[in-house]
Amino acid sequence: MTNIITICRKELKSYFSSPIAYLLMAMFAFLFGFFFWNAVGYFVSMSFQAQMSGRTIPMDVNEMIIRPLLMNVSVIGLFLIPLIAMRLFAEEKRSGTIELLLTSPIHDMEIIVGKWLAATILYACLLGISALNILFLFAYGQPDWKPLLIGYLGLILQAGGLLAIGAFISTTTKNQIIAGAVTFGACLMLWVLEWVAGYETATWATVLSYMSVVRHFEPFSKGVIDTRDLVYFASVIFLGLFLTARSLESLRWRS
Amino acid sequence: MIKVEGLTKRYDRTVAVNNISFEVEKGQIVGFLGPNGAGKTTTMRILTCFLPPSEGTASVAGFDVLQSPMDVKRHIGYLPENPPVYPEMEVEEYLTFVGRLKGIPKADLALRVREASEKCAVAEVSKKLISKLSKGYRQRVGLAQAIIHNPDVLILDEPTAGLDPKQIHETRDLIRSLAGAHTIILSTHILPEVEQTCDHVVIISKGRMVAKDSVQNLTSRLRGQEAVAVEVTGGDNAAIQQRLEQVAGVSRVVARDTRDGRHSYEVESLPGCNVRGDVARAVVESGWNLHELRAVALSLEDVFLELTGAGQAAEGEKQ
Repeated sequence: MTNIITICRKELKSYFSSPIAYLLMAMFAFLFGFFFWNAVGYFVSMSFQAQMSGRTIPMDVNEMIIRPLLMNVSVIGLFLIPLIAMRLFAEEKRSGTIELLLTSPIHDMEIIVGKWLAATILYACLLGISALNILFLFAYGQPDWKPLLIGYLGLILQAGGLLAIGAFISTTTKNQIIAGAVTFGACLMLWVLEWVAGYETATWATVLSYMSVVRHFEPFSKGVIDTRDLVYFASVIFLGLFLTARSLESLRWRS
Repeated sequence: MIKVEGLTKRYDRTVAVNNISFEVEKGQIVGFLGPNGAGKTTTMRILTCFLPPSEGTASVAGFDVLQSPMDVKRHIGYLPENPPVYPEMEVEEYLTFVGRLKGIPKADLALRVREASEKCAVAEVSKKLISKLSKGYRQRVGLAQAIIHNPDVLILDEPTAGLDPKQIHETRDLIRSLAGAHTIILSTHILPEVEQTCDHVVIISKGRMVAKDSVQNLTSRLRGQEAVAVEVTGGDNAAIQQRLEQVAGVSRVVARDTRDGRHSYEVESLPGCNVRGDVARAVVESGWNLHELRAVALSLEDVFLELTGAGQAAEGEKQ
């Protein structure tokens, strides 16, 4: 356990002592700010329309602002997660520091979990920035905080799963760009898998669409925790970390 | 302290290390000598549990590398060819991180970091970013990293590669000073390094072990046998060579080159014969001018070339 913390601290320190963390945060803040501005603008124009026409439409901050925002954030995640995950192992392989880790008296799994945890924490820090915008909603409206919290939990679970896959991909190459590009492809694929369910009802289509990340994230954005989704994300994380471990082990046999 | 038996490592079809066996006693410094690609790094990686062997066994401090890798890792300090440092960290921070990895108790950590940085003379840069350090300092940080947990065994892969002469000298002194407390294996393809720093030498070529002996024994194999470089003017090349070959005790005369009428030769003598006086007399008595007469030191290099078969190849190229 102490080894996991040691690795995790070192990774976080690396993220924050290089421009990566700040760059990602700035990008996220900018994009989220834009989405927030849009969502609020839409909400305001809708409420004006409602006043003008004299009809009373139910105006729900959670439903009309927070939920679409969370869905947007999960899309931004697709782009940011490969950038976070790509250096995890590729960098250590390129610089040779992987030899230090693998010849130290710690288990492979401790290295992997430590690194994955650090990447997930960094993503959580990015999400933290959005709290600034969300605070305004609380200042000027009465959104329900419970679905919001669940939405964030969903985002972190989603990132955890994709980062575990990214960590695995990062072990297979010394080149960060390749790791990032392949991870991006994998993230996007896991995202759009759901589309097949739109026109096909055969078993394979159901299975494919079940594997889609978006399908399992959506309930969280509504503030619903379903054990099926929890099991899904837990298995993606487990599978990703398991593959990482096997890949790291194979490094010893092949390199 | 280190025991290697029948060690073999295969990659697909190539054999990187072929049936190597040796033992290292506590406190010795052993040099791994061989041309690049001979299998030095592979052997070291097996000893540090970075790679598993295909066949054979290796044990460090009584622990087998396959059966109890964690115990082996605890007893080994390893400096790979490129020091495994994180450029974005400060020296002290890096050493603290490695100390934690190696399982040093929290209470001793600061002390160990200080000791290691003082021993390796990196204390004055402890607050500097590693990316700002010169290659020599990085190498020393790498060494500090290897000794931080006070391991019984130190494994150093080409510790002086890429350093300037002064740094090489300092690093060698440093390694010598670490002997005794630690058992050290270091690899190199630089021969004088082995002569200067090691007690024992294991010579590897193309994955095979070609010699294993103390440095003294290996060099004394050639003692008594001497080569003399001779430079003569005022005569005919063939005639001089013929005359030199007739000198008692000379085993072989190799003509080197002729420039501006100066003919140079390398005269090899039989063991136990000092032929310098006779060679000088022969040249002068034949009416030629003796320009230079100099003993050529036979060093570990000659043993090495002979053993690895590179000597024949090199001579073949010359002819």
